[in-house]
Amino acid sequence: MNPAHESCAHCGHHHELQVEGLAVRYRELDALRDVSFSTSCGACVALIGPNGAGKSTLLKAIAGLLPVAAGRILWRGTRVARWSREIAYLPQRENVDWHFPITVRGVVRMGRYPQAGWWRPFSKTDEAAICRAIDMMGLKDLENRQISQLSGGQQQRVFLARALAQEAHVLLLDEPFTGLDRPSKTALAETLRHLTEEGRLVIASHHDMDTVRGIYDEVLLLRRHAVAFGPVEEVFTEAKLDETFGTDGKEVA
Amino acid sequence: MIDWLLEPLNHPFNQRAILAALIIGCTNGYASAFVVLRKSALKVGSLSHALLPGIAVAILVAGLNDWSAFLGALFAALLIGLGSLAVSRGSRLDQDSALAILYTAAFSGGIILLRRIGVTQEMEEWLFGNIMGLRDGDLWMNFWISCGALGLLTALHRPLLMTLFDAEVAATLGVPVRALNYLLMAVLIVVLISSLQAVGCMLAVGLLVAPAATIYLLTDSTNALFWGGALLGGLAASFAVLAGWWLNIEQGPAIVLVLGAIFGISFLFSPKYGLLGRAR
Repeated sequence: MNPAHESCAHCGHHHELQVEGLAVRYRELDALRDVSFSTSCGACVALIGPNGAGKSTLLKAIAGLLPVAAGRILWRGTRVARWSREIAYLPQRENVDWHFPITVRGVVRMGRYPQAGWWRPFSKTDEAAICRAIDMMGLKDLENRQISQLSGGQQQRVFLARALAQEAHVLLLDEPFTGLDRPSKTALAETLRHLTEEGRLVIASHHDMDTVRGIYDEVLLLRRHAVAFGPVEEVFTEAKLDETFGTDGKEVA
Repeated sequence: MIDWLLEPLNHPFNQRAILAALIIGCTNGYASAFVVLRKSALKVGSLSHALLPGIAVAILVAGLNDWSAFLGALFAALLIGLGSLAVSRGSRLDQDSALAILYTAAFSGGIILLRRIGVTQEMEEWLFGNIMGLRDGDLWMNFWISCGALGLLTALHRPLLMTLFDAEVAATLGVPVRALNYLLMAVLIVVLISSLQAVGCMLAVGLLVAPAATIYLLTDSTNALFWGGALLGGLAASFAVLAGWWLNIEQGPAIVLVLGAIFGISFLFSPKYGLLGRAR
């Protein structure tokens, strides 16, 4: 086992995320069935599978956004409620309205909503957490910039900063590398590694097969159900990928 | 010249109309920022048409007074709004289509009914507004509606903005997204109704979209969008009431026309997002 798994440097404890027999349905469609895996703080997990395999669905289910049809999701031994401050969800960049009139700092501040509530002004602790998150993601010079004026890599860092301001332990990222240029991809990979080493649990859906080994510790191969889960070296193999994608590479019907 | 410009202020009904235009314009202007950010102008426009049959039925049942028209309109909007939701959930039809069917049917019923119950001369007022016909009671009702709506929207500003920016992320941070969406729609409907006497149900949506839409082309600041919308809505509406008197044109259409003209100017000449401003 990876020594980083022993304890969570972020909070000093060892925290586990367990998914047991999870099923999610959209009306009559089985989006996910019988998905089980277990991981913990300090791991960087890739979700890999063809289009329609349920990667986004799984991330949303862990974030508490979708009703669970069967099975359960446990974080630190208790069921994940509709929402948790400790779990941050970062949507696909293309699903976000980047013309929304808001600054970088404005987005990061949203992460403090669980603490500040509906109308209470942000406290010193809140402001400090916001500043720290902005600094960590290297956004200090951009903090008053409109989000429409950011590059793809910067947009992704704004989301990460929001999750950091939230003091989340689990970061769920939907296709974070899609649409980034090469330098941004390298920088984001480093950032994710760093956040993981600090003891956070990072779970990201991922498309680019060439970069999996360099970024992630563990892989979950998904095709509506969990084909395989485990350390990259064991699971990210030709045979298992064929099983996940089908030899013809067709999408999941 | 000065006398001619100030002449309308000598009449009490003009003073009342200008005050009403200021109140209604401000509230609608502030609320219009939510409509623009939510991209729900079409929905609001549909619901404004649905108000007519509610007013007709209310007059039929309870006679015309300050509250019967208001409550009738409110009831109709809720019925049509929730009805469209029920149809879209219960069938494969999307909500916009369901809404289009329901509101045109209701609107037709309202026109037929209003003609039959002998208030034909008032029909035009419900359709296009009659701000000169306001009484003190109407003014007070508008005032309280404005206070309530502005109070609620400013108090819930933070979670509402988060919901509008990204509902899913907001939900994962504990914002009651669904409840807030319903609440926002309800407040927008009440604001819409409060503008009926000024601009009527055909034009109401203009007042509830144009102010913030104009500001949206001028600035990136959220606060400027809301308070600039309120300022623009209030000033443009009260100016239009005066202009209507000077030029002897109907005040309801004048309000929406003035807002439309200002929008046109900002569309063309906004330094940042204008068609011509950008080209330079």
